[in-house]
Amino acid sequence: MKPVDNERRKFLKKVGITTATAVGLSAGAKAREKKEPKETYYGMLYDSTRCVGCKTCMVACKEANNLPPDYDEERLHDAPIDLSANTRTVIKLYKEGDKHAYIKVQCMHCIDPSCVSVCPVGAMKKDPETGVVYVDDSCLGCRYCQMACPFNIPRFEWNSPIPKKISKCDMCWFTNLKEGKQPACCEVCPNEAIIFGKREELLEEAKRRIKENPGRYVPRVYGESEVGGTGVLYLAGVEFEKLGLPKLPMTAPPQVSEGVQHTVYKGFIAPIVLFSTVLALNVRNRKKREKEEKNE
Amino acid sequence: MSKEYTVVERKLLTKPFMFFLLLFLVGVFFTIERFLKGIGPVSALSDGYPWGVWITYDVVTGMALACGGYALAILVYALNNWKFHPLVRSGLLTGAFGYTLGGLAVIIDLGRYWNLWEFFVPWKYWNVNSVLLEVAVCVMTYTTVLWIELMPAIVERLKMSEATREKVQKFLDKFLLYFIIPLGITLPTMHQSSLGSLQLISTVKLSPLWHTILLPLLFLISCIGMGYAIVVAESLLSSLFFGRPYETKLLKELAKYVAILGLVWIAVRFADLAYRGQLGNVLHSGVLTLSFIIEILLFAIPSILFLFPKFRSTPRRLFLLAFMFLFGGCLYRFNVFLIAWDPGETFVYFPSVPELMITIGIVSLEVLLYLIFVKTFPILPNIHKSHG
Repeated sequence: MKPVDNERRKFLKKVGITTATAVGLSAGAKAREKKEPKETYYGMLYDSTRCVGCKTCMVACKEANNLPPDYDEERLHDAPIDLSANTRTVIKLYKEGDKHAYIKVQCMHCIDPSCVSVCPVGAMKKDPETGVVYVDDSCLGCRYCQMACPFNIPRFEWNSPIPKKISKCDMCWFTNLKEGKQPACCEVCPNEAIIFGKREELLEEAKRRIKENPGRYVPRVYGESEVGGTGVLYLAGVEFEKLGLPKLPMTAPPQVSEGVQHTVYKGFIAPIVLFSTVLALNVRNRKKREKEEKNE
Repeated sequence: MSKEYTVVERKLLTKPFMFFLLLFLVGVFFTIERFLKGIGPVSALSDGYPWGVWITYDVVTGMALACGGYALAILVYALNNWKFHPLVRSGLLTGAFGYTLGGLAVIIDLGRYWNLWEFFVPWKYWNVNSVLLEVAVCVMTYTTVLWIELMPAIVERLKMSEATREKVQKFLDKFLLYFIIPLGITLPTMHQSSLGSLQLISTVKLSPLWHTILLPLLFLISCIGMGYAIVVAESLLSSLFFGRPYETKLLKELAKYVAILGLVWIAVRFADLAYRGQLGNVLHSGVLTLSFIIEILLFAIPSILFLFPKFRSTPRRLFLLAFMFLFGGCLYRFNVFLIAWDPGETFVYFPSVPELMITIGIVSLEVLLYLIFVKTFPILPNIHKSHG
């Protein structure tokens, strides 16, 4: 039994050393550096205290992007209650006693978007100039973007055998923006509750409103730094969490995942070393065995 | 004919075969429905839970259960434990089926499968930041590798002149030695760890008891242990059903490697929880606490018991403990992808019957193909030789 025990001890040693190396390698993985917003990035500012809940933005969005209706039970009206493959923005009502507030749900256009980071075929894109996040037709329908999105924004067309590409707000990338206009929702809002502009300027505007209207707002701009910052910014009179805007870490998820992935696969060195080592061992072991067989 | 491996000389159309054929056909029925109506009508998947049991079981878990060939290759070819060589082919065979059918499950799950060709146009479509890209490319390549590794067994049975056969086998031998075998160890090391990395992005949705930058390492260690455990379980089952003598002598050796990997996995798991200050949350996570404890026990019990010769000595104990370990590896993967993964809002997920039947159909197809193969090609160890 002695030699067998030795074999196992050797194996344990090898597993131990390999594991220690792997732990070291992973622990050495630094989060990838933070991505900063560019001056040229577009943004939108939604002010919940200005929104009257008329849903004109929802109608305009559908018209501009040629999206089919989400019918109510009687199949009379387009009455979406949440985002879907047909609905890229929705106004929701929050009620607490006699207090109420509206919230506009749509893609946040993250500075460092998880969806763009995970899309295997690069169908989910962030325009380097404007920072607009949009989907192109190479979409595979793998839905990894949905897994990754901290806001649960991207939607899939579940009830079709030939689903369209993943659907989400793209600030009217293929329509209004191409024609030099504003996104449809910002164009039609009667109360300027949602406005379009450079992200930088909108952030300043939001801060100005908080400063000039003490007591009107929760004194914070949602999206300034959540998951590394978002292109769409929110002002509200009630706590953001109550409106369905989740409490999120300030680090962008891709900083973590890309950090690990690019450390382990840096220069593709680790896989090449592993392949060469196994090749060398395999050839050596074969020769050893052939020698032993001859001696027998 | 090689003397190391043998064909199971039994008739093919047995009762179990018909049973799995029936299950497979039910799966085919719902698969057709999925392609006619879309994913929604046959599944419980939603925009909150876009990945369900197809990805979690057929791809992530199924591919870990298909690790037998990979795990044995490490032991046999890299570490020169030649005595396990008779088990290699059956490991490779279950691997080839597991991977091929995992790939099939991906096609069923992909909404726009007709765009798959994009993976073959790297310069235009590859997003190298995507873990899923690495998994996809690696898995496709490794599936090919597995079938090439099985070629010597297939060539033995193909109709050709002995001279050609010898030539082909000689070429295959060199090809395997210098390229395919090293690739067959490198690729799974990459994508098995990356299956864990898929959830690195879920910093918000995955419970901190499971989310760690060591996800890839924990997936890698556990899949190798599962590889040895599946070889043990599969060998015992085929002995039982084909009336062949048990390979107990060899399998109890293998069980020790299951123990080592299981214990290393537990050590890394707890060291990581301690390092991230999450140990305190272990007991205060509601249902997840229960899932965590079961997961750890399923790893710990077989790993510890396998250290004692008493628990490795009979086929029954070997089977039960190996099966327990496999179950632990499966639960760990289900925890990471479904149970401890929560998109928030009001989303809930529990697989629908048609969705489950598609998964069961795929598993049944694996069993059917296994039965056909071991009764056609020399895959299983030749008992007299390996015991001699």
